Amino acid sequence: MADIGDLSLWEVFIRTKGGLSHRHAGSVHAADKRMALEAARDTYTRRMEGVSIWVVPSSQVSASDPDEYDSFFEPAKDKIYRHPTFYPVPDEIKNM
Amino acid sequence: MSPQLKNQLYELSVRLGDDALILGQRLCEWCGHAPSTEIDLTLSNLGLDLIGQARHFLTYAGELEGKGRDEDGLAFERDALDFKNCLLVEQPNGDFAQTIARHFLFSTWQLLFLEQLAQTNDETLRAIARKSIKEISYHASISAQWVIRLGDGTPESHDRMMNGLDWMWRFVDELFLVQEGIEDVCENIGLDLSSIENEWRNKVAATLKEATLDLPADRKGIFGGRVGHHSEHLGPLLSEMQSLPRTYNDANW
Repeated sequence: MADIGDLSLWEVFIRTKGGLSHRHAGSVHAADKRMALEAARDTYTRRMEGVSIWVVPSSQVSASDPDEYDSFFEPAKDKIYRHPTFYPVPDEIKNM
Repeated sequence: MSPQLKNQLYELSVRLGDDALILGQRLCEWCGHAPSTEIDLTLSNLGLDLIGQARHFLTYAGELEGKGRDEDGLAFERDALDFKNCLLVEQPNGDFAQTIARHFLFSTWQLLFLEQLAQTNDETLRAIARKSIKEISYHASISAQWVIRLGDGTPESHDRMMNGLDWMWRFVDELFLVQEGIEDVCENIGLDLSSIENEWRNKVAATLKEATLDLPADRKGIFGGRVGHHSEHLGPLLSEMQSLPRTYNDANW
């Protein structure tokens, strides 16, 4: 593949069917939002994976700092009572 | 339907099937060679849409012919002289801009044509057209966007886009003669192509204007694809496409 030059990176979110939320699927290179949507369509939905696409410039994503892992995530680990795991989920409920 | 009309309907189906088949094969040549992974997938997707359309048209042609040839028989067992695609679709890929030029000129025409085909009284052709319109709307849109992006991009992309259009321009007149020699059946099924050349020229002119590109200068058109007189580019394409089924005629997936 040749150098893709000035194309910027976009994050792709796909809604797999109505009622579900958009989920991160991956990223594409594109020069503008229309091109990003088309690239996402051709890259991530050609096997019928989606009914809706969001694209977001990767530069607009604010990410947590791995160095802050301890203070961000460690405290949740010993609070198992926050997990709604103490009742059975009926079989009919998908996508919980 | 009289045998003569049926034969013309076969001819029409073959022309349309061959357009889709040959352009689909051309686009698939990009697989693994495109400027980026995203474009690689885009071009292959466009190609596979067209192969799907070719299967429908050629299956129908085989039924009309009634000699037991199916889509594969028609695609893989005919020689260049028996292919009836227009010359535009067999032109070489060149660089990415040349491929986009070919696709833009063709899919803009194809969309207008299919919209008319979808209104005919031939049930099968109408069904194929309706299904294909959804795909070709995307082809026409994405290729027009690339014409604009490249034309209105850097000086180099502008020049390449212009060169691509220039290369393809002598083959556009042939698009508007798709019904030549089979006018009777076109009239019989109610295929009205009287307005599409004007619409095509307006659409192309509007996109080129937005792309800051000049309309290529008029030139003498080149014809012959519809009667099997092809450019030197078709033979090598066919030998690649047909080599496997012709070498192993019982080959299967």
